[in-house]
Amino acid sequence: MTQSTADYDRRIADLEARLRAFEGRLPPPAQRPRTAEMAERFGLLVAWVLLILVLGWFKPDQMFAWNSYAVMFGSTAMIVVLTLGLLIPLTTGDFDLSVASTMALASMLIAVLNVRMGWSIEGAIVMALLAGMAVGAVNAVFVLWFGIHSLIVTLGTGYFINGIVLWISGSNVISGVSMDLVNVVILTRFLGIPLAFWFATALTVVIWYAFQHTALGRRLLFVGRGREVARLSGVNVARVRAGSLIASGAIAALAGVLYTGMRGAADPSSALSFLLPAFAAAFLGSTTLYPGRFNAPGAFVAVFFLSTGIMGLNFLGVPSFVQNLFYGGGLVVAVSISQLIRKRRPMD
Amino acid sequence: MTTAPALQISNLSKRFGGALALDGVALSVARGEVHGLLGSNGSGKSTLIKVLAGFHTPEPGAEVRLYGRLAPLPIPGPRVRALGLAFVHQHLGLIPSLSVTENLRLGTLATASRWRIDWQAEHDSAAAVFARYDLALDPRAEVARLSPVQQALLAIVRAVEDLRGASREPGVLVLDEPTPFLPRAGVEQLFRLVRATVAEGASVIFVSHDVDEVREITDRATILRDGKLIDTVVTTRTSHDAFVERIIGRSMSAYGGAAKARPAAAPAVQVEGLAGPGVGPVTLDIAPGEILGLTGLIGAGYDAVPALLYGARRARAGRLRIAGRALPLSGMEPQAALARGIVYLPADRLGAAGVGSLPVGDNVGLPVLGRLKRGLALLSRDINSHAAQLGAQAGVKPNLPALPLSALSGGNAQKALLAKLLQIEPQLLLLDEPTQGVDVGARQDIWDALDRAASGGACVLIGSTDYEQLAQLCHRVLVFSRGQILTELTGADLTKDRIAEACFRSTSLPERSPA
Repeated sequence: MTQSTADYDRRIADLEARLRAFEGRLPPPAQRPRTAEMAERFGLLVAWVLLILVLGWFKPDQMFAWNSYAVMFGSTAMIVVLTLGLLIPLTTGDFDLSVASTMALASMLIAVLNVRMGWSIEGAIVMALLAGMAVGAVNAVFVLWFGIHSLIVTLGTGYFINGIVLWISGSNVISGVSMDLVNVVILTRFLGIPLAFWFATALTVVIWYAFQHTALGRRLLFVGRGREVARLSGVNVARVRAGSLIASGAIAALAGVLYTGMRGAADPSSALSFLLPAFAAAFLGSTTLYPGRFNAPGAFVAVFFLSTGIMGLNFLGVPSFVQNLFYGGGLVVAVSISQLIRKRRPMD
Repeated sequence: MTTAPALQISNLSKRFGGALALDGVALSVARGEVHGLLGSNGSGKSTLIKVLAGFHTPEPGAEVRLYGRLAPLPIPGPRVRALGLAFVHQHLGLIPSLSVTENLRLGTLATASRWRIDWQAEHDSAAAVFARYDLALDPRAEVARLSPVQQALLAIVRAVEDLRGASREPGVLVLDEPTPFLPRAGVEQLFRLVRATVAEGASVIFVSHDVDEVREITDRATILRDGKLIDTVVTTRTSHDAFVERIIGRSMSAYGGAAKARPAAAPAVQVEGLAGPGVGPVTLDIAPGEILGLTGLIGAGYDAVPALLYGARRARAGRLRIAGRALPLSGMEPQAALARGIVYLPADRLGAAGVGSLPVGDNVGLPVLGRLKRGLALLSRDINSHAAQLGAQAGVKPNLPALPLSALSGGNAQKALLAKLLQIEPQLLLLDEPTQGVDVGARQDIWDALDRAASGGACVLIGSTDYEQLAQLCHRVLVFSRGQILTELTGADLTKDRIAEACFRSTSLPERSPA
């Protein structure tokens, strides 16, 4: 910008040359100490072990019994799946508040189609997954074509879907879903843990791989962090965002399939209470393993960290409202920790 | 005391690091005077305005008097109005979604605690204000629906009204480049308002690039160059040429151009009838190996051309012919441009060119992720070693691809982002102010990289106001005025002086057809 005299520029150029010679001799700038980085990456795993030890101090019989964990792993698998679905739009910079409603819809669709209308269980599952994708597509239309903030759109569509669920179920619990599904999800065990857990684990690996080791995963990250940068780098931002909303709808529906299989029945409202745990786990997971990024293994660990805490408090005989304290507090604490990692820059 | 000038500045200096941005400047504005402030980029006029607004602390020894009273230095920003100073910047500071009245009263609404606002009375008093200045503004209209001219008028009236309320004196209104984006008819309306304001006793400092406008509206004018006061002249006794001479000076001919010979090959890129917001129709061509510069004064429209050619912004019309194929520019998308070997480096480094919170390696690797895959897996290790290799060629320091992009200095980030584009061996390279906020050493590295790309056969198009850069780097420079090409400079004509001269002369010939 400055238009100064030739003499002045010569002096600057001279100084620059000396500075560059000096820079060349310097060691690379100090990286953060490795211990701090390790503490950040594995802090949540360490906290999990500590939590087990502390709760085990009071209730060793239950807290140190493998069966407690086998049951807990199986019964929280659908929260893992729901969280994994949520991670995708969070990474591309959109909120999806309709995931729990989509899960409830899928769960109820299976029960209605299978029990009331006599569809085969396979057909019902396919239909439920398609319904989840349809919800994602509707969200995408409103977010991208009308340009409305995803928070508002998915808040509205979520509530709308709750209405549909009440309607198709007549506000009743529908039980008697095919035992084939129940067998596959919860009754069949591997290493003592219901298959539902292993499905969730497999999906965690798939999402981890997609985020970490594919070009698509990097593009998702760029779309979330800098939409204009991504667009100018030739990424089709609208397609990526639409795809991520549709994927989250489909995966939320899968969580609904597991939820129905876990109980052999569907009720219109209980799935809705998983929205906050999923958000809490997604944000808590983003503080660990790959700190600063929404990541699948982090979310996986976070779900079981939170569930272990709740399980232990239940063993201690603490009333059930503590669940709300734990999940709600967990979300805010998780976001606060990730803000400290980001050195308290405003969230975007 | 009543005869003291409205504003008197003496011995005003401001140092940034080693550079003197202002060097003992003196300035006096009489009551009821319109005083022009002229100078090219880096002349120190914006620094002067920022000192008056209280953004900068001047060096000791400076004195600023308003209506004879010594103002405290640095000037206290919040009390600047009470001292008798008001500013209207190019960015007008209006809130588009609020009404005209709300914007007009923004100052009091934002600070005073009032529990009983009578909107009818507020609208009526706003209407009375506009009537006094003979303006047709609807107090209830939403500001977003006003034309750019009406918005500028509203901002000026607001500043004048705020002065009346806050200061006992009529006050000094500083208009900082208010006109470059206004049509001619709008400029006249604005000048009428300025005259009405002055008739009420206020003084106006009119900051501009545009010599003709300064000659039309001001009584006297002060010209700055390289932080020094060059002259204060009586406008009616100063010719257009005399102004231009004082603005660009004759002392800088030490900077010759590189006088590069233009490649003789047939053009590889042709642009026909490009039109977009504030620019067009523009027709130009670039030969393989040629570096073409686009420049002009602020508002001339040259800066939109790279973004429009890439599809980063939507063009209204035009065709781009590259490698024998014609692409309509009104439907251009970045993806399609990339597929044709066109790349674009925006000026907004961490907003549009790269993501600061992500690693340098990811930023550099983004366009070639497919190539870096090993079987099915894309490994961070491979991305980083690729980026480290490119970084070493481009001279990025420190060359650590795992660092976030925001950890690099401006110059090093720019080198990395340029390497990101050059790795795909583009046919057409579009750049917007490629060395803005970049240190001298990195600037040379970036020029060298562009020279290498051009000698490899790429077409390079640079939009810039850095005349020295254009003189050093380009084979040919097109000077824009009012959205059209006015002059073409090549060979021996391609010097910093001649480019500056062409830019400042451009305003005297507003309606000439493209050269």
